[in-house]
Amino acid sequence: MLEIKELKARIGDKEILKGINLTIRAGEVHALMGPNGSGKSTLAQALAGREEYEVTGGEVTYEGKNLLDLAPEDRACEGIFLAFQYPVEIPGVSTLYFLKAAMNAMNKYHGRSALDAMDFLALAKKKMSDLNMDQSLLHRSVNEGFSGGEKKKNEIFQMAMLDPKLAILDETDSGLDIDALRIVADGVNRLRDPARAILVVTHYQRLLEYIVPDRVHVLSDGRIVKSGGKELALELEKRGYSWVKEQAGDTSPAVS
Amino acid sequence: MTKEKESAPHLVGQFEQWKLARSANGSGWFDAVRESAISRFAEIGIPTPKMEDYRFTNLAPLARGSFQHIAIAGDNKNKLDPDPYLYGDSTAVEIVVRNGCLESVSAAGDLPEGVVVVPLSEALHSYRELVEPHLAQYAPIESEGLAALNTAFLEEGLFVHVPRNVILQKPVHILYLTDPGDRETVSYPRNLWILEEGADLTILESYAGDREATYWTNTLTEIVLGENAALRHYKLQLESEKAYHIGRLHAKQERASRLSTYSISFGSRIARNDVNLALEGEGIHSIMDGLYLGDNDQLIDHHTFVDHVSPNCESRENYKGILSGKSKGVFNGKILVRRDAQKTDAVQTNRNLLLSDHATINTKPQLEIYADDVKCTHGATIGQLDRESLFYLQARGIDKDTARSILINAFAGEIVERLEFEPMRSRVESLLYDRLPGGSALKEWR
Amino acid sequence: MKTSDDELQSIVEKQEYKWGFVTDIESDRAPKGLNEEIVRFISAKKEEPEWLLEWRLKAYRHWLTLEEPKWPMLKYGPIDYQDAYYYAAPKEKLASMDEVDPELIETFNKLGIPLEEQKALAGVAVDAVFDSVSVATTFREKLHEDGVIFCPFSEAVKDHPDLVRKYLGSVVPYSDNFFAALNSAVFTDGSFCFIPKGVRCPMELSTYFRINEANTGQFERTLIVAEEGSHVSYLEGCTAPMRDENQLHAAVVELVALDDAEIKYSTIQNWYPGNKEGVGGIYNFVTKRGACRGRNSKISWTQVETGSAITWKYPSCILQGDNSVGEFYSVALTNNYQQADTGTKMIHIGKNTKSTIVSKGISAGRGQNSYRGLVQIMKGATNSRNFSQCDSMLIGNDCGAHTFPYIDVRNPSSQVEHEASTTKIGEDQIFYCHSRGIALEDAVNMIVNGFCKEVFRELPMEFAVEAQKLLAVSLEGSVG
Repeated sequence: MLEIKELKARIGDKEILKGINLTIRAGEVHALMGPNGSGKSTLAQALAGREEYEVTGGEVTYEGKNLLDLAPEDRACEGIFLAFQYPVEIPGVSTLYFLKAAMNAMNKYHGRSALDAMDFLALAKKKMSDLNMDQSLLHRSVNEGFSGGEKKKNEIFQMAMLDPKLAILDETDSGLDIDALRIVADGVNRLRDPARAILVVTHYQRLLEYIVPDRVHVLSDGRIVKSGGKELALELEKRGYSWVKEQAGDTSPAVS
Repeated sequence: MTKEKESAPHLVGQFEQWKLARSANGSGWFDAVRESAISRFAEIGIPTPKMEDYRFTNLAPLARGSFQHIAIAGDNKNKLDPDPYLYGDSTAVEIVVRNGCLESVSAAGDLPEGVVVVPLSEALHSYRELVEPHLAQYAPIESEGLAALNTAFLEEGLFVHVPRNVILQKPVHILYLTDPGDRETVSYPRNLWILEEGADLTILESYAGDREATYWTNTLTEIVLGENAALRHYKLQLESEKAYHIGRLHAKQERASRLSTYSISFGSRIARNDVNLALEGEGIHSIMDGLYLGDNDQLIDHHTFVDHVSPNCESRENYKGILSGKSKGVFNGKILVRRDAQKTDAVQTNRNLLLSDHATINTKPQLEIYADDVKCTHGATIGQLDRESLFYLQARGIDKDTARSILINAFAGEIVERLEFEPMRSRVESLLYDRLPGGSALKEWR
Repeated sequence: MKTSDDELQSIVEKQEYKWGFVTDIESDRAPKGLNEEIVRFISAKKEEPEWLLEWRLKAYRHWLTLEEPKWPMLKYGPIDYQDAYYYAAPKEKLASMDEVDPELIETFNKLGIPLEEQKALAGVAVDAVFDSVSVATTFREKLHEDGVIFCPFSEAVKDHPDLVRKYLGSVVPYSDNFFAALNSAVFTDGSFCFIPKGVRCPMELSTYFRINEANTGQFERTLIVAEEGSHVSYLEGCTAPMRDENQLHAAVVELVALDDAEIKYSTIQNWYPGNKEGVGGIYNFVTKRGACRGRNSKISWTQVETGSAITWKYPSCILQGDNSVGEFYSVALTNNYQQADTGTKMIHIGKNTKSTIVSKGISAGRGQNSYRGLVQIMKGATNSRNFSQCDSMLIGNDCGAHTFPYIDVRNPSSQVEHEASTTKIGEDQIFYCHSRGIALEDAVNMIVNGFCKEVFRELPMEFAVEAQKLLAVSLEGSVG
């Protein structure tokens, strides 16, 4: 589904991704781990098409298309969903309206007819109760005045509504208490599907107890330095990131 | 070089001509005021950018010789359809003034007893005892040339008098229309609204004109709110983009009265709105909100003034501007807190979105405070659409134009949502969508 | 227990101006009045080159065509420009420190400004200006080692004519405004600082201005040039005797910062403010402007304005170089009948320019305090930012606080934010302090100092303490 080859990217003058190679197939759940500043979020945002991240080399193929040629909105319409690490507050735009606009944009992109308003509302309410979310949030401005947990749940809720092919979760677990973490993980697990791929970006192994990955990759200083099965996450938890760095022959001071 | 003053002798000349033309109606008790107003105008003329209050708004085009009093200019062949601007008899009592002359008054049979809702021309004749104590008592005829000019020529407009403790459920709507014509015309709408103690009412005021017409509307409104009276006032300015709109409002508020006045300015080549509130009694609450949209070569100027004379009053002001093309926005908001106005609570904000490289904004939120126990804040911001938000919307599949429109609409929404009168709110929403790129799509999704 | 406004008022009123003595010294004066002859007289006294005299005369002739600005929120009677002396200097100009008139040394000692280097505050070089002339400049030799020039303006004209000619009037042209034109015609002394490429000035530079003579005006001129990559911190202070007549002070300060240079300019203005009835005091009309000419340059103004009967002053920054930064931090206090109309202008011309404005106005007695500012973002100033915060505090019922921010934006990628608030010292705040055993005066000082903290933080350390004390003294008697 997604094939990343030697991807390099920078912000301003600073090179952040120094050659990423990663292949994700439909039905798989991949976890991308790594210390702060290793480039995890940069990779997630670059895949979603954020303009500030300038791709300087490599290629990304998604469903046979050159992903890097597509505008952010076209990537979304093609089925890529990014759950933001810091969901953006948009005062004056209700969550309901925001979602409707997104779903309509996607329907239009695929030449499908618009969703019936009643069906839409019923669906939204169902998905919200699955996530144990207060339905009044639908009528409040997007993320404005939401608690940290509510914001993260709102991302998962949008993901459930938009039904993506490739979901990228950027540190969706950070800042969540254990109950919220379970709810969020349940929401993600419900979306596991042979036709869907999921990339979970996280700093902590904790989330991976609830969302069990097929593959785990460790990112360090802009490169994937180790890949393995789900055991790798446990090993990392025990030994810390310095262990991977040593293995990768990196002599720079360890960050754990 | 800008001049110290712009005299406009042809406008003064038109006064004599106009006087002769209307002498058939008989001279009125108000004529002495007209005479002194026109001679004051002859002295001070049209304001120029040399004056601090007109620094950014050059009204020199008004001094050109070509604006003809609309009544002298003669009849027009093509008539503008009023329907798109009306709300319907069942929703509001409606008066239509076309080219300065009364066209229609909708059936107002079910008005509560004692309520007077009539065209000003009729009030001048039939309700002198109600009109005389207030007409031209609040507008600064001595210092503002254009207020003097309006007073000299005033004839048509909306007169409302609501007696003590009467609540008028049905809003009153006055629509001023200007038809297309061969000549550049000027009209002088004038309103006087008097709410006695405990009276309660909603007034809508609309201005529209032919898209291609070049004309000038010089309008003035005086409002008196008695103790505990409440007025909600919505002004919708949709003049032609070739027109000049000079609007002035003076409200005198007495103890515990409540006024909300909303100014929605979408039209005009140059629009200048002065809104002046005098809070002369304790416990008054005033809201002054506005939304202005500028595009192409439009210049939209709001000057507001809240005069806190008495203690324990609250004023809230929120103006928002969206400027694209080569348009210019001007906002000057002044809050004066006089010595006795202790415990004043005043908030003023002016926020602007600049959407193009050539749009500009001049904003000056002023506080002038002479009482020490007050809570006053003001703020002004100028910025563009937030890039984070744009990306967030794009990442959800929404194209850039639509995403921009959603954010612009959300920015305006804060003001639009406060328009309590629903038909007005949906009209403004719809007008807003029409002006935004990709706005038609938004309209469908609502 | 409630603290009445009268009580508060009385705290502000008690204090006397401590710097109001007169030095008895014989002086050399120009004849009274202002005309071309006086301009020539001053130029001749200073032994100036022809070009400078010509410049003064041009300024004088231009001044004749101007009118005093009418727009400030200031009320004062007409100023008779012919009824003042435009030049006054202590007799017998002396060459070295050893020869400074002991009377003058004593005067500056009394003001807390020792002129002998061994007694001076370590790390601060001082230029002492007495009426129309500089009487001493300390640590010149030490500064010279680093290539820093710090000397009286009139000496700079003689010793560094090319530098003076290059920069004089380049930031504030003589035609700029009424008071700048007047200053350009009759300026007498002031300081000149030049920090060469790459030098971090090793000490604080400081000028202390003292008006002594009656019926004189003081018209000093300061010029600071910071070359590429240099850095300087400069501080000025000022006092004057207590007199019943109003005296005029019209200064011009020009700053030039080239690529990567930084100038920090701090002022503690403590001219005689007049008495409790509003009689006497200095009329302070000052034009201060800095040009951030180079990329990444920075100019920062900090001012604590407690003195003068009238203050008219807008230290400004022209942010011409890309990425340049302008800052303005101000505390202005008006008590009794003092009036201040002060603020700043930030003109954004270069790309990515940033400015910050923090203004704190305190009004007590019958004081009137206005903030007046302009933030202008020109068309080419892409991605520019401004943040302004203007807070006012009122003590008592007869004072006023006013805010007039002009914002003019012509570039859509810029962000401008302005916030302002007006408050009084809350009864609950005072009660809270009382209940913790804090006396009223201390409570007021504490609250006022807290209110001004963001500005004091910007002052060089030695002077921050000074500023706090000065504020306390100026406020004493205003609360009770």
